[in-house]
Amino acid sequence: MLRDITIGQYFPGDSIIHRLDPRFKIVMTILYIVMLFTGDNYICLGVGAVYTFGAILLSRIPLKMFLRSVKPLLPFLIITAAINLMFMNSGDVLWQWKFIKITDGGLNTSVFMVIRIVLLIMGSSLLTYTTSPITLTDAIERLLSPLRKIKFPVHELAMMMSIALRFIPTLIEETDKIMSAQKARGAEIDTGSFTTRAKNLISILVPLFISAFRRADELATAMECRCYHGGEGRTRLRQLRSAPRDYTALAVTVLFLAAVIVLGRLF
Amino acid sequence: MAILETQELTYTYSVGTPFEKTAVDHVSLKIEEGEMIGVMGHTGSGKSTLIQHFNGLLRPTSGKVLLDGKDIWENKEKIRDVRFRVGLVFQYPEYQIFEETVYRDIAFGPKNMGLDEAEIKRRVYETAHDIGLSEELLERSPFELSGGQKRRVAIAGVMAMEPRVLILDEPTAGLDPAGRDKILDHIRHYHERTKNTILIVSHSMEDIASFADKILVMSRAKLFCYDETVKVFARADEISQIGLDVPQITKVFGELRRRGLDFGKEVFTVGYARDLLLRQLAEREVR
Repeated sequence: MLRDITIGQYFPGDSIIHRLDPRFKIVMTILYIVMLFTGDNYICLGVGAVYTFGAILLSRIPLKMFLRSVKPLLPFLIITAAINLMFMNSGDVLWQWKFIKITDGGLNTSVFMVIRIVLLIMGSSLLTYTTSPITLTDAIERLLSPLRKIKFPVHELAMMMSIALRFIPTLIEETDKIMSAQKARGAEIDTGSFTTRAKNLISILVPLFISAFRRADELATAMECRCYHGGEGRTRLRQLRSAPRDYTALAVTVLFLAAVIVLGRLF
Repeated sequence: MAILETQELTYTYSVGTPFEKTAVDHVSLKIEEGEMIGVMGHTGSGKSTLIQHFNGLLRPTSGKVLLDGKDIWENKEKIRDVRFRVGLVFQYPEYQIFEETVYRDIAFGPKNMGLDEAEIKRRVYETAHDIGLSEELLERSPFELSGGQKRRVAIAGVMAMEPRVLILDEPTAGLDPAGRDKILDHIRHYHERTKNTILIVSHSMEDIASFADKILVMSRAKLFCYDETVKVFARADEISQIGLDVPQITKVFGELRRRGLDFGKEVFTVGYARDLLLRQLAEREVR
């Protein structure tokens, strides 16, 4: 049950999108978000959609996966649509009930917003689907490295992220084990009333925390034994190298962004 | 009637995904009341998955688990009662300890059974005695204890539910030889006192040979064999073929036989080997 949770949602593959430099991918994702939010008509949104689906096709990841990524945000989408419907009161009134007015302007805006958010989720999922969490962390570290000048602990932050990512599966497995052990002693975890369940949660959380602290302690010792002393002068196994294709991809993204800005002005 | 029985028990992990894997494959076996059974098998042979079916932590993909002749999944609501009747001690059970005192941790299981305070107290004291924890330890924090003591607290926590079948998954893993012998001794005494059925998973053939009436061997998700200790270790060659080992002393006596010195008996424990040799020597001296 817990085993089935996927974290990072990385979808291993060898497509052109997978092989792009993760730093470029992060930058392109940011440009993509800007692209979606500067365009305020359907033509701009259409251009954004072409970009999104083009990239999805290139990634060779089934479209189903992207639709699945939208699913958890469905309530949010519905609320956004509902609020826009009820409170945008421009244009002709289509339907009215007491103080609630639905206008064609409101309908228009809510449809627009929903499409925009769906595209946003699908596009940013592409980043996490095609980039392994570890490379993503590496890329973030490199992108943030200028902040080191103002004494921002970039390396430490990235290391913390990698360690956290690395230990999520371990801790899930551990939770699974502890849950089974307490269930074997008759603890009601997925059955029973809310209060007994809450009480029994303690029997899982205490051992879990103890083991997390123990692991942290052991990891710290192991790192020190291997002379870890922070980021200074540290070289890496996986060097991030940009290739011509990265610049091409970036250029394409910038072109799309420019197109959206121009089209936004024209219409 | 067998106390515990499986019929064509099969369990498949992650059905319908690329990670699909059958961990237990059509296993049928009968465990009689009062037996002491050693469970052997490689890592990944399916033995841990198998034992988690005995108390209903896992639900078979197909096949049945019968306790006292009744399918444990017949009534899903009653599955908790099965866990009180079949106690399962996991590997490294000390990591499941969470209470403030040893007493309260041992009492967790009995409390979940809904027993009254007097009965809980009786059980905690009795199991603490059984497993060799002195009474003054009961009011201490379990986190102050040594590794071996913690292990015994965790085992007592399951024993205190007085299950009719007690299953221990590698109860001696990671302990020093002294701690290992101590725990096995206590388990043996508990078995003698209660006459309950006990299953012990172990990688140590020496340990298994010293306590088990019967041995259950799993290999690649299938039941390789399940028979009396003598008969299982007599198949030493097959057992080493699936990558398991027989006790060293058995190997020594097998080699002796190959070289023409046959004692006519299978030997599994060093104590027995010593007696046998001494007797033989005495006989020769008489001659």
